[in-house]
Amino acid sequence: MISDFIKRNLSTSAIWLFIIFELLFFSIAGHYLSFSDGEFMDLGNMLLLLQQSAPIGIIAVGMTLIMVNGNIDLSVGAVFAIAGIVMLDSMTWGMFSGLGDWVIIVSWILALAAGALLGAINGLIVWKTGVDAFIVTLGSMLGYRGLVFMFNGENPTSHLNWTLVDFAEAQFLGFNTATWFLAGSVLVIWLVTRYTVHGRNAYAIGNNRTAAVNAGIRVGPHMVINFVIIGFLAALSAVVFYSGSGSVNPNDGQLYELWVITAVVLGGTKLAGGSGSVIGTLGGVIAIQLLRKGLGYIGADTSTVNLVIGLILIVVLFLDRQLNVKGAQELKV
Amino acid sequence: MANIARQRILTVIGKQGILIAFMLFMVIFALANSNFLSLDNLQSVIRSSAILGVMALGVTFVVISGNLDLSVGSMMSFSTIVVLDLHDKLGPNLAIPTMYLMTLGLGGFIGYLVGYLRLNSLIVTLGMLSAIHGLTLTYSGGQNMDIADKSNTWFGFFGRGEMFGLPVPIILFILLAAFLGVLLAKTPFGRKVYAVGGNPTAAAFSGIPRARTVFTCYLISAFCVATAGLIQASRSMGSQNTVGQGYELEVLAAVILGGASLLGGSGTILKTVIGILILGFIQNGLLLMGWPFYVQFVITWIIIILAVWLDISAKRGKLWASI
Repeated sequence: MISDFIKRNLSTSAIWLFIIFELLFFSIAGHYLSFSDGEFMDLGNMLLLLQQSAPIGIIAVGMTLIMVNGNIDLSVGAVFAIAGIVMLDSMTWGMFSGLGDWVIIVSWILALAAGALLGAINGLIVWKTGVDAFIVTLGSMLGYRGLVFMFNGENPTSHLNWTLVDFAEAQFLGFNTATWFLAGSVLVIWLVTRYTVHGRNAYAIGNNRTAAVNAGIRVGPHMVINFVIIGFLAALSAVVFYSGSGSVNPNDGQLYELWVITAVVLGGTKLAGGSGSVIGTLGGVIAIQLLRKGLGYIGADTSTVNLVIGLILIVVLFLDRQLNVKGAQELKV
Repeated sequence: MANIARQRILTVIGKQGILIAFMLFMVIFALANSNFLSLDNLQSVIRSSAILGVMALGVTFVVISGNLDLSVGSMMSFSTIVVLDLHDKLGPNLAIPTMYLMTLGLGGFIGYLVGYLRLNSLIVTLGMLSAIHGLTLTYSGGQNMDIADKSNTWFGFFGRGEMFGLPVPIILFILLAAFLGVLLAKTPFGRKVYAVGGNPTAAAFSGIPRARTVFTCYLISAFCVATAGLIQASRSMGSQNTVGQGYELEVLAAVILGGASLLGGSGTILKTVIGILILGFIQNGLLLMGWPFYVQFVITWIIIILAVWLDISAKRGKLWASI
């Protein structure tokens, strides 16, 4: 009984144990190695960490849903850039000039709709053509990036709106705007996966597609909805991020897909689908950000961060294989 | 008799859809721009495709065996940086074999993880993409690598040299493609690669060693990556740490365009070469027509999806999926 309980919860709680380990390690190692006077586990530092995990984190929440469903989305980085451009550029359009600061709301809606639309295009292609999501989104990663460049060539798109910047820098109950958006997306998608028919069906499809089809679940529409959600969340991430920075470079968001997938996998979601949780993903996102910050704190450079994250990903995969009974049996064949 | 012959021709056409698309593009571009089919232009396209092409040859093996390799881009940066650094320290004669050994070591490590430990290749190579990038940065200290004395070395031969009137990168590409093509199509090892990717269970029951076959595929991929790194280093004689960034997905796009299935078990070297050439000629053709480089991204997107879609719908006998 108890060992069952441990086994069941190990995969979801392991990431939080790892986060505690990271916190302890960097606090202790920091005493000997760090050049800065501040403590690592400083409240301000932790709040900043949550704020910085928001752009990747919000997308990772959507990616969890996609991967639970047994798909993958490589185009999120390009959708991120497109949504940013739509938001910043639409604020300068002549037809909205009479709106004053209300233009912010309009441009947010436009950006989010653009993200959802791009997601829907991916989803519809996956559904209707039956081509693997990996290939479809690999293609649209290139295609959407092409659209980004078509918009303004290789020049950055910039527009600063000070009301918007104030909003992005604002704090509510001690947490930054970006942190609230991250928490909100985690909560909403967690509720979706736990308590809605769509969420339960997404798990069923990822776990056993044939059984789901036989049970009368319409696989296609659920996939499209998930792609719309991840497109929307990629746009939301861009909207939150670019509200503060006010300038989109056409190369922005490149390699985001890889960071996002890394976070989701660290959080315990299975690539094959059918298992995983948004809470675990949040843990994965925080763990990566802690690692980046912590290694910087004890004086390691970015190269070490890349090396360590890559190796940790492989070690996690290996341990997962060993702990998972089914996986261990396969290992002997 | 005539009927059977005609049917056979039709099946061949059905199977060679990508080749027909390739011809079609060549004709369109040739009509649009008279320079397109000039010998100089053809040579320059193949020459600039050679680096991606060499990498795609190795990735073809990995994909046919039912796995993925996302680490080839950062591995290629690694070999480029290493060979440039060692060139000044050891001289080219020692630098090149050392670089090959180090890259093969990385490939062997991935092959061990995916082949013998049976870890998921997508995540392993995703992790290695990041890890090898970190390794490269640590090795170079984040600095660009340059050969100190660029004029007094024969190292430029692989990227800039010419033999029999052809640029050396093209010759390397052709030689490697011919060798690997024969290896894949005409040897027992090649059959094993198809068997392992096409039906792992049947392969296991036939006594085909999955682990060793997959391991060897990753070694072949690493060898190709090292060759690509050598060409790149030799051509530019200096390099950034991120020279191969993003190549992994371009290479994969070319392999898929050539008709290899991500599920494994299908694809050929010739089709991969065609996939690479299509990407190269589209890029070149659009540039000659005066269109900016990013239009090719959008066109590549459409072509990839159309190519795979037609392939799949031919197999299932229906255009649209029914779920």
